[in-house]
Amino acid sequence: MPVRNAYLSEIQALADKARDKRALYGPDLDLSRYTQHIERGKVESLESLSHQVKEAAILSGMNMKEENRSGSFLQIDQSVVYESLNKAYEGQLEMMSTPAALDKYDWLEEYYWKAVSADQDKYTAQAALNMTHGYFIRVFAHQKPQYPVQSCLLVAENYVSQNVHNVIIVEEGAELQVITGCTLSKSDAEGIHLGISEFYVKKGGKLMFTMIHNWADNFHVRPRTKVVVEEDGAFISNYVLLKPVKSIQAFPVAHLKGDRASAKFNTIVYGLKDSYIDLGSRIILEGKDTRGESIARTIAADESVIYSRGDLIAATRGYCLAHLDCRGILFSEKAKIFAIPELASHGSLKSELSHEASIGPISEEQVEYLMSRGISQEDAVSVITSGFLNLDIPYIPEFLDKNIKEVIKATAKEAL
Amino acid sequence: MLRTEDLWVSVGDRQVLKGVNFSMKYGEINVLFGPNGAGKTSFMMTLMGFPRYRVEQGKIFYKGEDITAYDIYERARLGLGVSFQRPPTVKGVTLKKMIEIINTNGADSAGVDAKIEKLNLGGHLERGLNDGFSGGEMKRSELLQLMIQRPDLVLIDEPESGVDIENIALVGEAINTLLGKDKVKDQTRGALIITHTGYILDFVNADKGYIVFDGNLLCRGNPRDILSEIKKHGYRRCAECR
Repeated sequence: MPVRNAYLSEIQALADKARDKRALYGPDLDLSRYTQHIERGKVESLESLSHQVKEAAILSGMNMKEENRSGSFLQIDQSVVYESLNKAYEGQLEMMSTPAALDKYDWLEEYYWKAVSADQDKYTAQAALNMTHGYFIRVFAHQKPQYPVQSCLLVAENYVSQNVHNVIIVEEGAELQVITGCTLSKSDAEGIHLGISEFYVKKGGKLMFTMIHNWADNFHVRPRTKVVVEEDGAFISNYVLLKPVKSIQAFPVAHLKGDRASAKFNTIVYGLKDSYIDLGSRIILEGKDTRGESIARTIAADESVIYSRGDLIAATRGYCLAHLDCRGILFSEKAKIFAIPELASHGSLKSELSHEASIGPISEEQVEYLMSRGISQEDAVSVITSGFLNLDIPYIPEFLDKNIKEVIKATAKEAL
Repeated sequence: MLRTEDLWVSVGDRQVLKGVNFSMKYGEINVLFGPNGAGKTSFMMTLMGFPRYRVEQGKIFYKGEDITAYDIYERARLGLGVSFQRPPTVKGVTLKKMIEIINTNGADSAGVDAKIEKLNLGGHLERGLNDGFSGGEMKRSELLQLMIQRPDLVLIDEPESGVDIENIALVGEAINTLLGKDKVKDQTRGALIITHTGYILDFVNADKGYIVFDGNLLCRGNPRDILSEIKKHGYRRCAECR
């Protein structure tokens, strides 16, 4: 049975009022520029996609042979062109486009636009009023698919507003890994990606979510993410941005509602060209004995501007422990980094929140130390920078590691 | 093997070396004594080419080449190595990664494993360089890297500092292995060692000793005799000797 029309209308009405509501952070965008709508048909296999699309998908983490993946989801512009579950995992999880799930499950009303508010700002409003798919993934209770689900949200044309709404439900005692890439197949594409993500990790569940963003010089991105974690649940987020972007602003939230719930954010950002990057993570520790950790590594090269935010909010009557580690390196005199850690305790007498934030150059002493072992200055800078960005993210393909090294090599000279 | 001619060096506004003339032959082990701030480490860092140590006058020759203008890594590739007294912490670069980079040809992997075992550093491979290492662990890590790098002349700054008595023997043994002194052949590797306490002389057979005082080298002689004099009289007489 589908979700009630009345509920969907309520959401639309709420969103309608927020059409022009500015977001708290990031440059304000005129969404009327992005009107292109392209319907595409489905493809039989990922291999049958055009070379250009395949290359972009691969660079954002997609395994086109679907090896070591429990399922695949590919959306190009506004259309879902491929969705497939590995047969070995049928009965463990399900995956479909979000509109299909809204048609199928009336209970989705309990999750759809419940974590993120449709009237948060003009971007959530746009996504609510003009949703163009996105994925719905549910892992059934106590199921633990061995391999990750992969998804790719790709924009192929100019002036597209890709307004996806993703819902992930990890049921009680279940575990899921997701690798998702958001990318462009044209390096000069102008457009916007609005991604609403509402994730629910039930009692004792675990979700590891890895997102690789590959955008370009003229593209804007406004994801809105909230994760609700129940007791003994765990959420791990890995986020990687290594390509230029016109502007991106996101402040994902993990709300640890249940006792002993935990969340960890790992963020790797490499600012290039004149990218405007405003990224952060917020962890709300509401349950007792909850744990949170947020680690960000940012490098600002060229004329990029990076805001690296982090919020830890203790709101429990019990114990909670959370730490924020936010470090940046500036590679260029024209680049800027703002590290903004915030800690707040709302009457949480037993909460322990801490942070360390730093912005500095690559240590000359470290570079010279490596040079004394016969390593050239350029290679020493590259090794140290790679090490700085290395957060040991699992299932990150080797090419990404190579990609990091190439970017470093191209930009690190300025830092010397 | 190594020669300096009238070497004048400054760090910032401070003159740290004042016309040092020094030479050593292939296979020799030379020891530098001297009070704090006398210029021992400055001499070593200058030989290695650290840019903070600005050569104002004089030249450095290594293996017959004038290396005065060479970069640090060029000197390292020519066969100079250094073991730091207090190496910096490099969190993101693991000891394992560093070993891989130094051992670029990768041909000596079995030998590398044996060296890691010998220096008891197997448990430190996945840690950032010197990240939370004890004094002894740092020295062992330095010597391990040098064993893989295999320099012909190794500059060792205070190998016993921060090392407990038990580990000094291990460090001494590692230095002898590094210099090939445990072998009959291949005795061409040399070392220049800074020592405050002289403990290392119980494990390493040094050929010559010098006292560094106020930016210059004084009192060349048998290192044990020099150490004995220092123990009796301190460095007071050095001022008289100048």
